[in-house]
Amino acid sequence: MIELIHVKKEFDNLEVLSDISITINDHEIYGIIGQSGAGKSTLLRCINGLVSYDSGEIRVGGELVDIKDKKKLSLLQKRMGMIFQNFNLLNRLDVYDNVALPMKFWGIDTKSPEAIKKIKNLIELVGLSDKMHSLPRELSGGQKQRVAIARALVLDPEILLCDEATSALDPSITREILSLLQKINKEMGITIIVVTHQMEVVKQICERVSFLKDGRVLAEGKPEELFIKPIKEVKQFLQEESGHLPSDGVNIQLFFTDESSDEPVITKMARDLNIDYSICWGKLEDFRSNVFGSLVINVKNEDQDNICRYLDDKKVLWEVL
Amino acid sequence: MWETIINAAGQTFYMVFWSTLLSVIIGFVPAVILTLTANDGLRPNKVVYEILSFIVNVFRSFPFIILLIIIIPFTRFVAGKSIGTTAAIVPLTVSAIPYIARIFETSLRETDKGVIEAAKSFGASDFQIIFRVYIKESIPRMLNGVVLLIISLIGYSAMAGTVGGGGLGDIAIRYGYQRYNTEYLVICSLILIVFVQLIQMLGNHLYKRLS
Repeated sequence: MIELIHVKKEFDNLEVLSDISITINDHEIYGIIGQSGAGKSTLLRCINGLVSYDSGEIRVGGELVDIKDKKKLSLLQKRMGMIFQNFNLLNRLDVYDNVALPMKFWGIDTKSPEAIKKIKNLIELVGLSDKMHSLPRELSGGQKQRVAIARALVLDPEILLCDEATSALDPSITREILSLLQKINKEMGITIIVVTHQMEVVKQICERVSFLKDGRVLAEGKPEELFIKPIKEVKQFLQEESGHLPSDGVNIQLFFTDESSDEPVITKMARDLNIDYSICWGKLEDFRSNVFGSLVINVKNEDQDNICRYLDDKKVLWEVL
Repeated sequence: MWETIINAAGQTFYMVFWSTLLSVIIGFVPAVILTLTANDGLRPNKVVYEILSFIVNVFRSFPFIILLIIIIPFTRFVAGKSIGTTAAIVPLTVSAIPYIARIFETSLRETDKGVIEAAKSFGASDFQIIFRVYIKESIPRMLNGVVLLIISLIGYSAMAGTVGGGGLGDIAIRYGYQRYNTEYLVICSLILIVFVQLIQMLGNHLYKRLS
């Protein structure tokens, strides 16, 4: 478990993180999303001690992350692998040696049969067995990130920190990397923390997510909760506009989550209540292969009460705009 | 004539070889300290950086011919005498140390910050980061720096020759210029040109192979 308790950090009198409290459970994929400058990368670096924090506490598996206690910190860092937006591989080492590098930092004999087997297995896991002795410059972006993932796993970490790991990649490569991360999470039970500004990433793999703005957590929860019925700031972040809604009548926004998105509520309601309304705006999105969405309908003033009662009855979330 | 020239070429090689070797070894130390203490280094320390940087600049700003003269007592102390090919290695090395220190510092600091951060994230110590990341990644750039150093040392060794160090530059001046023996001047110059070309070619080849 990773606990952040009232974490604060200032940089040149500018508050980068103000009072952040988050708890991340073992074996989950947790997302931290926000615009650049929101403090999310700094927050991630505080967790593995690359950056110090001014007050509050960060505990990883109960142990305090303290940048001053170098010995203890490096032991904690060993338990946390990290991957980066720009991959950060050593240019002059081939794939195999890049993956082996963290072992060398820890004085592990990389020539031993177990070490060789482990390194080869990891390279196989990320699907690069045929590139074992290629240099980073001979690899594509996606392949480089795969090497970085193998390298991050070579010390058997419990946690994998991903800093904008897919931001430099194509959409299709991003999906591949995300499914690889998901596989690692499922098969190896590694907790994954993903920092990103890409909605797609959170939607595809995160079980829970925090929305960060100006160093504050403005919303936390399941991605579907956060994005289907977003608060104002999240809406701004998503740059989502409900378009031009009619000015007469009443506009009602309906939110479809788990249970309600399968049922044909919209057409059923029209038939059951025997009224007409127009659909003005809508969206449907995939969240880890579940579909969620929202819809705006325009109804006559006199039908409003009826419809609201009907929606409550069907347990559909709604909101008058 | 040829014997004199071959002999002189040997002296030039001798002076350049030893001063390069010594200055690379000694200059490495301030280069690492500068890299460590720079504001983007592993152990930023403004005071240490500025002082060391100042010393390096002072030594670099001396014209070689003046440095050669003012360190004569030091040369005598180290080499036992102030004149001769071996003695010439001392001022050549002294002038080369700050030069190569600066070049190595620049090469090391060009290392991708992200790669260093990655090493830190795996719990590497500063010592490991210096050797396994900084130096490992900078070797081709540092090699380029050594090629530059050798080439400027060949030039300086011609000056060192004039104070009794011998070498091709000395022969070119004494036999060629002062005795109006243009042949010497031309041949010595040609040999130096070939030297420099060969070293540059070798350097480029190694750079390609290493990077």
